[in-house]
Amino acid sequence: MIAINEWIVAVFALLGMGFSLVTALGLIRLPDVYTRAHAASKSATLGVMSILIGVIIYFVTEDGFFSSRVVLGILFVLITAPIGGHLIARAAYYSDVPLWKSSVRDDLSKNKEHVEPKKRQDDM
Amino acid sequence: MKKQAKKHTNDVILESATSFITFIIFLFAVYLFFAGHYTPGGGFIGGLVTASALVLILLAYDIKTLRRILPFDYKWITALGMLIAVLTASGALVFNVPFFTHAHDYFNLPLFGKTSLHTAMLFDLGVYLVVVGVTMTIIQTIGESD
Repeated sequence: MIAINEWIVAVFALLGMGFSLVTALGLIRLPDVYTRAHAASKSATLGVMSILIGVIIYFVTEDGFFSSRVVLGILFVLITAPIGGHLIARAAYYSDVPLWKSSVRDDLSKNKEHVEPKKRQDDM
Repeated sequence: MKKQAKKHTNDVILESATSFITFIIFLFAVYLFFAGHYTPGGGFIGGLVTASALVLILLAYDIKTLRRILPFDYKWITALGMLIAVLTASGALVFNVPFFTHAHDYFNLPLFGKTSLHTAMLFDLGVYLVVVGVTMTIIQTIGESD
């Protein structure tokens, strides 16, 4: 019984570690800010959440202690990390950070109200 | 510069997230404050976490909104915290024991059952109010000076 729990905890921890590693690789390998924000906000969130789920299962099975703080932490990361990614990408877009040169769609540049303060170059 | 800062205020995602994330942070601050006697926590970090919730409101909205939500001068909160701390400490003098002597007893509260109430918590409340007051005074003073 204990061995099964340990296996489940190990799977969650390794899964979280794998997602975090994919995040780091994505931050190095992807070409521009927007794709990197995509990598960082999605897979890092999932990685941290997997590790925290592993933490909950570990403490429930080993010590019989259910940590509600970790549940709150999971909820908090789930809510805030995508918003952080959104805000970074938004700030980058309005600071005229260029899209990757192979990007094909930029719908926000057609909205005159949004991009009025600065002129965006479509050829970048 | 000021004109540019006025544009792009369409922060619906940040604002609507702030409006309920703030409550989670407040709740965590209250938890930290009351947990301080037996587990890690206490007045200092409880105050800092509360101040961080207020700073989140300040970031998502602006300084006027925060002033409308909590319409008081944070310097007075600092003073109130100091007053509570000093009164708690000097309350020991009334009972003819040295300054800063704390007392505790067990009470049967309606919802919590047998609870130990300690005068150190009142001192911690003073620390909490001082930390919130000082942090918010610093941040609002820096934020206002254009």
